[in-house]
Amino acid sequence: MKNFSRLIAIMRKELLQLKRDKLTFGMIVGIPVMQMLLFGFAINTDVRNLVAGVANEADSHLSRQLIADLEQTQVLRIDYVVASPDELESLLRGGKISIGIYIPPDFDRRSIDARRSAAQLLVDGVDPTVLGVANQIRNLPLKFDSIAGQKERASTFEIRPYFNPEHRSSVFVIPGLMGMILTLTMMLFTAVAVVREREHGNLELLINTPISTTQLMTGKVIPYILIGLIQLTLIMAVGDLLFSVPLRGSILELYIASSVFIAANLALGLFVSTVVKTQFQAIQVTIFFLMPSILITGFIFPFEGMPGIIQVIGEALPTTHYIRLTRGIMLRGATLFEMRMELLALAVFTLIAMVAAIQRFTKRLD
Amino acid sequence: MTSETEFAIRASGLTKNFGNLIAVDHLDLDVPKALVYGFLGPNGSGKTTAIRLLCGLLTPTEGSATVLGHEVPGDASQLKPKIGYMTQKFSLYGDLTIQENLEFIADVYSYPRRDRRARVEDLIERYNLDQQRNQFAGTMSGGQKQRLALACAVLNRPKLLLLDEPTSAVDPKSRRDFWEKLFALANEGTTILVSTHYMDEAERCHRLAILDHGKKVADGAPAELQAATGMSVVEIATDDTAAVQFELKKLPEIRSITQLGVRLRALIPDSRKNPVAFIESHLSSLALNGKVMQVEASLEDVFVAVTQDDEKLDTAA
Repeated sequence: MKNFSRLIAIMRKELLQLKRDKLTFGMIVGIPVMQMLLFGFAINTDVRNLVAGVANEADSHLSRQLIADLEQTQVLRIDYVVASPDELESLLRGGKISIGIYIPPDFDRRSIDARRSAAQLLVDGVDPTVLGVANQIRNLPLKFDSIAGQKERASTFEIRPYFNPEHRSSVFVIPGLMGMILTLTMMLFTAVAVVREREHGNLELLINTPISTTQLMTGKVIPYILIGLIQLTLIMAVGDLLFSVPLRGSILELYIASSVFIAANLALGLFVSTVVKTQFQAIQVTIFFLMPSILITGFIFPFEGMPGIIQVIGEALPTTHYIRLTRGIMLRGATLFEMRMELLALAVFTLIAMVAAIQRFTKRLD
Repeated sequence: MTSETEFAIRASGLTKNFGNLIAVDHLDLDVPKALVYGFLGPNGSGKTTAIRLLCGLLTPTEGSATVLGHEVPGDASQLKPKIGYMTQKFSLYGDLTIQENLEFIADVYSYPRRDRRARVEDLIERYNLDQQRNQFAGTMSGGQKQRLALACAVLNRPKLLLLDEPTSAVDPKSRRDFWEKLFALANEGTTILVSTHYMDEAERCHRLAILDHGKKVADGAPAELQAATGMSVVEIATDDTAAVQFELKKLPEIRSITQLGVRLRALIPDSRKNPVAFIESHLSSLALNGKVMQVEASLEDVFVAVTQDDEKLDTAA
């Protein structure tokens, strides 16, 4: 009986403490509900509206008909109409499109010959989902076929997968994994930075010195950018040695992009640190951010498959932009200039998070 | 401006509420320069809050304060380089060594680079930290931590030192040494505001303010306060302390009574003339024996005399 009352004492105490930790209490409700809503809607392997570009060199009635048919499937959304296959390749490399539709000048003639494919799909072969979509539409029947009664066509499109001819999934996963690892470690470093000093009592001394908030906050971020770059180097070395992940673009540009991404996560962590009251809460909030960074950034599930609102949330996460950057630079050999909008998004995010952290942090105790 | 020349701290009507709790209640304060000024008060009397208000860490609910000629908290940023602050809890970095902590503080205050090394060495020597210079601060004893904290607080040669219960975690010998260091600093012209709940420490201060429930209930030099309690203090030596104490507590004239071994010490307001005769006659009427004599008020008597509410609470409890 004594043992039982002691057990009850511990249980009661735990529940009382839990009830008073408002943030943790919120997390108990918030994590399951929000994450279920977010990911239940977000995770959709049925891709629709994959962004495509078209170069129609035939410009015939038949070719226009084919393009209209493709659009009607709703699997593709044609956002770019260009003049040449070279332009399609450049759009592909810059990550603006996932699929390029090339219709050669002799399309009408080719379409009569059932043994030849009539047109080409230029596919970003890095993403298995995109390859899946390409395979799904490669046998789209031509209107001409039904007229001519032909049924035996090899395929309408010839697929030309770019960037990952061996179809290795490590090539797809590792650039995204870099984002994941950096998000977790970098955010944790700074998320506990301010609360740890507050818990240890260092902060009360520090804010009584002439140091300014900006100096304090910036000083907490910069050393970890270097740590992050060391981590990046390690990940890249392992990726290269064990998984032969290519680096087709410039290594310098990759490091520049990574520095901005690391800064974005550190700034976000710092902001979290000014909001939470304990290190435990800081870790919870970091996990809260990490889950969407895995699931709705295009790391595993295709970004195009998500409903609009989820895409908006995804665009607001730095990892989304970084994954696009690393895949672009490492796998497609894209230049930072081609992907400048992604870099800009990261820079803006960093700035906002940093200013918010500095604003929230006061050199007062009340 | 007189406040610039005579007083390090001037506060008027300084008030801080936390919700319904009035932590500091209309505090008026004039702290002359180059003195050791004490804040004496029990736990929860508002000492820490008052110190935090004075260094600009808290925004007052009401009232204002000028510290070294700067309004707080508005001009706190100009004030910071001129003050040193020792928090109640050890607030240096436990995972840095003594030397690293001092160097860090020197850099935070932008102490001139070329004099930095000499200043750190000087402090290490002055505060007897040489043996531990490469020891992690977290592994030091209470007295060593306190010396390091003081060394850090004075590093930038502040004009004003604010010390929040600096001796609460150290042994008596370390406390004596610590107070010697404080007087040395005051002699060099530093104003020192120190909070304490030790009577012997309060007695060492040049001047002190007694705080109770956020209010300043008395201030002045310790001797002045002792002379002006408005109470007579009588000691009763008796064989039967329990019975005498029980009987005397019933008297409305007796403000407080406390036991010191075989003696009892009673506070009686000055309005009752001839307190010794009054007690003697009362005891003899009850057939109790006791030797009664009037003594000088100690600071503790002053403290008890001015902190009335606490006394009532204690008696009730």
